[in-house]
Amino acid sequence: MVTSITSFGRSGLYDWMMQRVTAVILLAYTVFMIGYLLFNPDLDYNQWRGLFDGTFMRVFSLLALLSMVAHAWIGLWSVSTDYIKPTGARFVFQSVCGLLAFIYVVWGIQILWGI
Amino acid sequence: MLVSVYRYNPEIDDAPYMQDIHIDIPGGKDIMVLDLLQLLKEKDSTLAYRRSCREGVCGSDGMNMNGKNGLACITPLSAVVEADKLVLRPLPGLPVIRDLVVDMTQFYRQYEKIKPFLINNTPAPAIERLQSPEERAELDGLYECILCACCSTACPSFWWNPDKFIGPSGLLQAYRFLADSRDTATRERLADLDDPFSVFRCHGIMNCVNVCPKGLNPTKAIGKIRNMLIQQAT
Repeated sequence: MVTSITSFGRSGLYDWMMQRVTAVILLAYTVFMIGYLLFNPDLDYNQWRGLFDGTFMRVFSLLALLSMVAHAWIGLWSVSTDYIKPTGARFVFQSVCGLLAFIYVVWGIQILWGI
Repeated sequence: MLVSVYRYNPEIDDAPYMQDIHIDIPGGKDIMVLDLLQLLKEKDSTLAYRRSCREGVCGSDGMNMNGKNGLACITPLSAVVEADKLVLRPLPGLPVIRDLVVDMTQFYRQYEKIKPFLINNTPAPAIERLQSPEERAELDGLYECILCACCSTACPSFWWNPDKFIGPSGLLQAYRFLADSRDTATRERLADLDDPFSVFRCHGIMNCVNVCPKGLNPTKAIGKIRNMLIQQAT
């Protein structure tokens, strides 16, 4: 058993599961967005705004945003533990990633609920 | 043909180098790479490599031949030589002791971690612990591993974290004991593996399957360990 205090869920199985679940959510969101844009070629501002006014879209977008942050953290954490060997440098990299992830969540919620 | 061999003797050399040797194969026969090494050693007796059984059973002469890991004794020249040239290097990722001889300590330490022995604390029966033919068949494709380290040293995840990731060979062995009907420590064994490194550094690129000289499939065994972990935890 290798201990780790910086991984997403402490357990390898939990991280693995989260990585897959968030990937499915991001895939669904991507397919939905591409489909929406394809079926609405002459999209205007009001229609776009109307889409994001709906509660469903806000829930779906927030879900996708949180999924992206979790997915990115697990992935970048793995990359950092593979390639950055000095503990100090790795911790700095992970801290920057964590800070950016937090900023994106707050900023994303602000955008979603700000319209 | 031209053979380029990795040479490094830490007592003499400052740094490793590649030695180019031209050699004629007697009778132009399709000999094994290990036989070629013997010919090279006759030319230059300072060349060091490991070998023992010379028939793919002991797992001593694992090395990197033209970029692919394998056992020199069961790899014919025709399978690896390209454009009349052969590049021989030690197994990648492990510290080199001398020439083609690597230090396998990290590899064995990972093997040790998975407790490669049957654990059963129930009272021993008067005769052997019996298995049905079906239970015994579960171990096929697992028990054949000879610990040559060709798979683990072909795995980038093992290169980056040889102290934390068990590696394909160790995990194949871990599943060999998880799958054994006579072993009663399944829960403890799984608990020891549920961290972000031991099993989950495997990203399924199947380099291990590609190089295994015994034709085994560590990726499949790792998938089965993962399934056991999921079943236990959901």
